[in-house]
Amino acid sequence: MKLTLKIWRQKDEHSKGKFESYQLDEVSPNSSFLEMLDQLNERLINDKKEPVVFDHDCREGICGTCSLYINGQPHGPDRGVTTCQLHMRRFKDGDTIHIEPWRAKSFPVIKDLMVDRSAFDRIMSAGGFISVNTSGNTQDANNIPINKEDADKAFDAAACIGCGACVAACKNASAMLFVSAKVSQFALLPQGQPESKQRALNMVRQHDKEGFGNCSNTGACEAECPKEISLENIARLNREYIGASLTTDA
Amino acid sequence: MSLSGLFLISFLLVHLGVNITMIWSKDLFNAASHFMETNWIIQSMQWILAIGFIVHIVYGIILTIQNRRARGVQYAVKKGGSAPLSSRTMIHSGILILLFILLHLRDFLVPMKLGLVDDNYELVAAKFSNPVFVIIYIVAFILLGLHLSHGFQSAFQSSGAAHSKYTPIIKGLGKAYFLLMSLGFTAIAVVMYFRSLT
Amino acid sequence: MTFQSKTPEGPLEQKWRNHKSNIRLVAPNNRDRIDVIIVGTGLAGGSAAATLAEQGYNVKAFCYQDSPRRAHSIAAQGGINAAKNYQGDNDSVYRLFYDTIKGGDYRSRESNVYRLAEVSANIIDQCVAQGVPFGRDYGGLLDNRSFGGVQVSRTFYAKGQTGQQLLLGCYSAMSRQIGKGKIKMYNRHEMLDLVIVDGKARGIIARNLITGEIERHSAHAVVIASGGYGNVYFLSTNAMGSNVTAAWKIHKRGAYFANPCYVQIHPTCIPVHGTNQSKLTLMSESLRNSGRIWVPKNIEDAKAIREGRKKGSDIPEEDRDYYLERRYPAFGNLVPRDVASRAAKERCDSGYGIENNETNEGVFLDFSTEIRKKGREAAFEQGISNPTADQIRKLGEKWIEAKYGNLFQMYQQITDDNPYKVPMKIYPAVHYTMGGVWVDYNLMSTIPGCFVIGEANFSDHGANRLGASALMQGLADGYFVLPYTIADYLADDIRTGKISTQLPEFDEVENNVKTRLNKLINNGGNKSVDHFHKRLGLIMWNKVGMARNEHDLKEAISEIDELRSEFWKDVFVPGSDDGMNQELEKAGRVADFLELGQLMAMDALNRNESCGGHFREEYRSDEGEAKRDDEHYTFVAAWEYHGEDIKNEMLHKEELKFENVELKTRSYK
Repeated sequence: MKLTLKIWRQKDEHSKGKFESYQLDEVSPNSSFLEMLDQLNERLINDKKEPVVFDHDCREGICGTCSLYINGQPHGPDRGVTTCQLHMRRFKDGDTIHIEPWRAKSFPVIKDLMVDRSAFDRIMSAGGFISVNTSGNTQDANNIPINKEDADKAFDAAACIGCGACVAACKNASAMLFVSAKVSQFALLPQGQPESKQRALNMVRQHDKEGFGNCSNTGACEAECPKEISLENIARLNREYIGASLTTDA
Repeated sequence: MSLSGLFLISFLLVHLGVNITMIWSKDLFNAASHFMETNWIIQSMQWILAIGFIVHIVYGIILTIQNRRARGVQYAVKKGGSAPLSSRTMIHSGILILLFILLHLRDFLVPMKLGLVDDNYELVAAKFSNPVFVIIYIVAFILLGLHLSHGFQSAFQSSGAAHSKYTPIIKGLGKAYFLLMSLGFTAIAVVMYFRSLT
Repeated sequence: MTFQSKTPEGPLEQKWRNHKSNIRLVAPNNRDRIDVIIVGTGLAGGSAAATLAEQGYNVKAFCYQDSPRRAHSIAAQGGINAAKNYQGDNDSVYRLFYDTIKGGDYRSRESNVYRLAEVSANIIDQCVAQGVPFGRDYGGLLDNRSFGGVQVSRTFYAKGQTGQQLLLGCYSAMSRQIGKGKIKMYNRHEMLDLVIVDGKARGIIARNLITGEIERHSAHAVVIASGGYGNVYFLSTNAMGSNVTAAWKIHKRGAYFANPCYVQIHPTCIPVHGTNQSKLTLMSESLRNSGRIWVPKNIEDAKAIREGRKKGSDIPEEDRDYYLERRYPAFGNLVPRDVASRAAKERCDSGYGIENNETNEGVFLDFSTEIRKKGREAAFEQGISNPTADQIRKLGEKWIEAKYGNLFQMYQQITDDNPYKVPMKIYPAVHYTMGGVWVDYNLMSTIPGCFVIGEANFSDHGANRLGASALMQGLADGYFVLPYTIADYLADDIRTGKISTQLPEFDEVENNVKTRLNKLINNGGNKSVDHFHKRLGLIMWNKVGMARNEHDLKEAISEIDELRSEFWKDVFVPGSDDGMNQELEKAGRVADFLELGQLMAMDALNRNESCGGHFREEYRSDEGEAKRDDEHYTFVAAWEYHGEDIKNEMLHKEELKFENVELKTRSYK
């Protein structure tokens, strides 16, 4: 199939960017979206031009590295799918495809379509853990039975891949879905209980400090999340947060 | 946002309750509005209500500014389908509703407060005989419905009340509530307008 | 250079305990005088970084990804083994040890493998305490599944995302230490060389991938945890960025590289679809718990399927050849990976392949039997007395979805086939490398102070790795082994003080790195990096792949030689080196693969036997099974670098002594 690509090109964080147009013939519908971009890059290199920079790594939909805002949607038109798992059969011959980086003040563009998501790491460092040392002297793993429903819910929240699509999709560039997934995972497990309130407070504080917007419950994040993390997690975070604000000293 | 919103939601219910009386009888309405003007609980609640409004508005504007800043560069192409229209336009519906409220205060509350009218029902009936006024009124309540259709369940979500079992019920209640408000107030306007024609 | 395994004396069960009791310690108050560099933040590197930081060392961790959470350990699907015997099927540390030794075709070190089995149970305890949401049963206890090559259920899992959950647990532990300032994290940094001062590893040269800056980092010890080198084949299940660079650089600085020819070809991957394909996707081994592998009995049927005239579901039961069940009745579809992969290749080479691609390479993985079986069970449980076929099918599919939902969804997304209705098409693909940097019992390479952990070392899996053992090894090394053994080395360094980055050794190495980058950027050739990488991949897959022979290996060695010199003449790297340049990153990695590939072929040529993942066509039994030569090849082949021409590398042998298991022909029949 033939495609017209309109791709955001930007030299570095401080330069101004703009859209460039590229024609691509002979794209196989069986290629993945990123293989299509590989094809474009191979051509650019053969023409002695600089290839388009984009983030990608595992190409199995699990590492969370790939991003791309494709035709107005993070990770493109498929639901519950990352860009690397999006396949060209989803598009039609002759389509024009707009490709932009994630847009958020807290995700500055590094180059072209690549953004800096280290804000997520800092949110994690603020509280995204259970404070247990790796001594190997913890109790036996089966000492605390965990209700299967809770364990499954914790898993569903833990499935977040930290890609940032929630921020990209949210009209407020809020990262609440990301924060709530981690807070929920630990809040649902007995191991995470002791520090669950403080965790919610610390992670939300860091979230706000990073300059992400506020959650106004539009649900865009849930709809665009490649791992279909539920909005219920944000409510659980709110519950933890309100509880923490009312009961802790700090 | 959610607390002030929930507070305003409860106020609207009272307001509709009073207004609806005018459909049945002039005296009933006048009695109800008189009660509202003189009862000390209602009178003191008025100030809390005003604070509620101000908090809701100021906070809404601050959050909107913060949220706009969080995006930075805007997208060139945007497909809005992933979130409902009502949720994406809260600030717009909110500001238009605010303008309407100001108009509303000028039309009704100020003259009533200053004691410029003897008969509240007559004042209202006169206003509703004007088709332009009725149209503005109806548009405002459609906007209010839009605002509430997101606001109602959003308020619960923000305060942490979400559960796979109960959230659908809350959403259902929210729908019923915003339809009641929009249709209720609109119906009053329409009835009053046609009454003025006869 | 020291080339002694340093395996402790004494009975097998007591080696690790005695060793731990006898090695030296660094007192808590001295630990913050010591810096440790860790390269790579997967399960091994991440767990080591977190643990060393918790203990009080100053850790500097490096990864090429934008966050430690993205290391490729995250893609491991099936599970992690541990000798917990929760299912009461008579499992034990010894059995896990024995299965691993046997699975590795008796080419691993007994003492290391026993230690791995010993600490495995601790890993599960630790991860649960960290909040890793493992799969549980309705009683709230941990669930297990079976993996290839064993007859017990000892694999713990979190749906098909076990690697992700374990890595995120590890990343959480790291995040906590990053927040405390005990780990200094360098994201988007790539190590480009090792700095040795007075014979000891004392630092690295790294490139900041965003700014292009070349940075010097010093430490008292350097830990390499950079994963495996499967990407030498271009197409593999590895991440696009997975590379051998860190491991290869230390090899060139004196670390021996062991058993490079041991590569694991995973039997269940989605077959190749076309020439623009960039990578292969694994379908978890756990699927072999429920799926049956087959090809048509009649070659005509296979042809009809390839040509699209028939579908897999059209072939009646009696015309299907469940070749694993036929050849290996005792283990059936759950034979080890190397055996399953070779059997698939044998069928496809004989003309029974069902995939419509250039090489007809593909076999069916069929769930219909399991869907029927589980559907019937579910119907019984729900009290449906005479279930219809349709009801059974629906219930069975529901069971499959609960167990493997995400894998099925991924398969459908990639192939556009619905695996609930038609059998999956699968074929082996490069997945894991058992070979790696040689290390002693303390996980130290032949360079003092340079430790290697996880997939990057060679230590625990012999010639073939059993499923769900990679996660186990990574975490065992990082959480429970290295943190003890590294102290023994660092005990000498409590008075050393900070290592200066202004030493002449740093100057020299930095200059080398810069020269090489300049060369790549200014080469002015005409062909892209991928062009060379794909050609290398083809040589490797065809001649150093699933089946090898002397003739092809010799050809491969000389072809890679030519390809490498062509690369340096004609490669084109666009852009500059003073900013983000993904082509430059790739070029450096491919340049290293072009050296490693040759060493792999040499190692394969040297090993005149078939063992585990290394199958030499000349050495097989009458039934076509792999034939070891224990008399001559019971050793670890450790290669020493000798200058630019890889063909000059020198072979050292570490004899493997088996005192606790008897060497037998591996049989899964």
